[in-house]
Amino acid sequence: MAAPCVEPAKGGFSFENCGRNDRFKEMGLKFPTAYKTGTTIAGVIFKDGVVLGADTRATEDTVVADKNCAKIHYMADNIYCCGAGTAADTEMTTQMISADLELHRLNTGRVPRVCTANRLLKQMLFRYQGYIGAALVLGGVDVTGPSLYSIWPHGSTDKLPFVTMGSGSLAAMAMFEDRFKPNMSREEAMKLVRDGIAAGIFNDLGSGSNVDLCVITKDKVEYIRPHEIANQKGVKQGSYIYKKGTTAVLSSQVKKIDIEVVATEVKPQPMDTQ
Amino acid sequence: MMSVPNMMSNPLSDYQAPNQVSFSPYEFNGGTILAVAGEDYALIATDTRLSQGFSIHSRDSPKTYPLSNGSVLGCCGFHGDVLTLTKVLGARLQIFEKEHNKPMPTPSVAAMLSTILYYRRFFPYYTHNIVAGLDEEGKGCVYSFDPVGSYEREVFRAKGSASAMLQPLLDNQIGGKNQQSYKVVPIPLKKCVSMVKDVFTSAAERDIYTGDNILISIITKDGVKSEQFPLRRD
Amino acid sequence: MSILAYNGAAIMAMKGKNCVAIAADRRFGIQAQTVSMDFDKVFEMGPHLYIGLPGLATDVQTVSQRLKFRLNMYELRENRKIKPKTFMAMVSNLLYERRFGPYFVEPVIAGLDPATFEPYIASMDLIGCPMETNDFVVSGTCSEQMYGMCESLWEPDLEPDDLFETISQALMNAFDRDAVSGWGAVVHVIEKDKVTTKYLKTRQD
Repeated sequence: MAAPCVEPAKGGFSFENCGRNDRFKEMGLKFPTAYKTGTTIAGVIFKDGVVLGADTRATEDTVVADKNCAKIHYMADNIYCCGAGTAADTEMTTQMISADLELHRLNTGRVPRVCTANRLLKQMLFRYQGYIGAALVLGGVDVTGPSLYSIWPHGSTDKLPFVTMGSGSLAAMAMFEDRFKPNMSREEAMKLVRDGIAAGIFNDLGSGSNVDLCVITKDKVEYIRPHEIANQKGVKQGSYIYKKGTTAVLSSQVKKIDIEVVATEVKPQPMDTQ
Repeated sequence: MMSVPNMMSNPLSDYQAPNQVSFSPYEFNGGTILAVAGEDYALIATDTRLSQGFSIHSRDSPKTYPLSNGSVLGCCGFHGDVLTLTKVLGARLQIFEKEHNKPMPTPSVAAMLSTILYYRRFFPYYTHNIVAGLDEEGKGCVYSFDPVGSYEREVFRAKGSASAMLQPLLDNQIGGKNQQSYKVVPIPLKKCVSMVKDVFTSAAERDIYTGDNILISIITKDGVKSEQFPLRRD
Repeated sequence: MSILAYNGAAIMAMKGKNCVAIAADRRFGIQAQTVSMDFDKVFEMGPHLYIGLPGLATDVQTVSQRLKFRLNMYELRENRKIKPKTFMAMVSNLLYERRFGPYFVEPVIAGLDPATFEPYIASMDLIGCPMETNDFVVSGTCSEQMYGMCESLWEPDLEPDDLFETISQALMNAFDRDAVSGWGAVVHVIEKDKVTTKYLKTRQD
């Protein structure tokens, strides 16, 4: 009898293609590269919170794949996380841990702590031995006050008052080393992070476009995207609209779509968390 | 039956294979050049960014080099080779001018550059070259080269890091490719300049090695005129 | 040679005014040898939803069928049409599940929201990193050429007819500078009440 035609619901990664792909490698075919965020990400702790910053360029080798991607990811209402490295890894890792944090919040009934997020992330990354290429800057405010971590792809972490990561980390760190001081005001901290990210944008080819900021304080989060459009898109001199009929067409068919008007009203219901 | 070698009595048992010493003398320093031949002019444009890996060395390093005969050489790739090649070419032009008491015609410059490049067939100059100028009839001419000297006269050509982004647009807008009932006519200078700015603006959006500024050189019978235009700086 | 370039492909999608377009070449080849010129790389996933899958041909077909299966299950379970953004998450999850043994496809998604008819386009790398934009997305063996064309030709609020000309010219001129894609092209322009499919006359070399 044929197997039931349902994909088994199972968690975790699938390695079903690995054997086949190894054979491709033996044939001498090269493996393609995934999107990387050759990035500048950074964060500082200030008097009453944390400022996180990121540029918005995603590259695929030497070509810009995304000119305005969001690299500051939501973790919890009081915690955000910047990602550098393999774009898919930073995206998916933060999504997964964000879900874990939400479950943790529902289980405990408490606002999740940044150190919890840090441990969940590092344990996940350590388990994959660096093969998940996510380099993260994690920041947030909890009952213990503001805290900021950098998390490396192999799972090691640092808890520091100011951190930078990604290919533009040196440019940004140069600004931070020069101008960071403890207990800065909110405006000072935002200016410093802006300048750090801008240093990365202009001096590191892997970083570019805009500056995104996220300011987290005790009872407020401000996700400012974009904080500054550091590079305006070039303005075109001419227009390149073609005359109708310029393109030679062999055949053409039109498929009409009947729009089904179904009015369904969905009432929001509170989730049962008892 | 194969005998097992006796390592003790083998005088070569401590022989080690020679170490291969690696030497990689080339580097890619980015940069894009674009040249168009018009009816009575030639235009050659370049960006002014000099980079290596993920860093910018200079934001003001145009890759076009005016030659003593009035034509302009566009040259990008490995900057060390660019410097040497332009120096060699400049010297050869001077020798010619002293010997013959006249500037070398652009088609001859192209032919000479080809031999200079082919002379290094097995240790090439890592450079992409375009020569733009006027031919003996006063018409615009553009010659493009591969790194080992194969060359061709063309109407338009892009070279360097963003060449793949520029070339199809030139095919379409100047060559009239894929456009039904399009008459190919020589492109007027003004339209050409604005289009060159547009294609470089587009390339700077997507190629990390193209940016900062473009330098446009326009060659007419009255000499070379240059114009700068800003690009993204990230 | 990269596995993604083994069979050759060029696909792009563009946003217009209340419409989207997706265009693809038609070649199926084995490295430099062209095998057929009527190969489908764009798949209908709903009345307003299309996905383009450039990459390794075997994976193009496997992934398209797996997606269609998951999509059917979703629509049976939910009893409604999928939103393009939800579909994008579905593709992303399918690909990221195979993070360490990927399918060699880099999808392009184009569609209109089933309720609001809001245009939507997105693309992804082979391990499912999503990328949503407001102008155009490209994917395939001549992506640099396509980026160059689209950056210059695209402008906001193109009407369906203009969008067709723009996307067709962008695609054709891009793949004419690529040895492993081309040999015919198909363009779908998706509007609220109709989808116009046109097959283009292109160079055959």
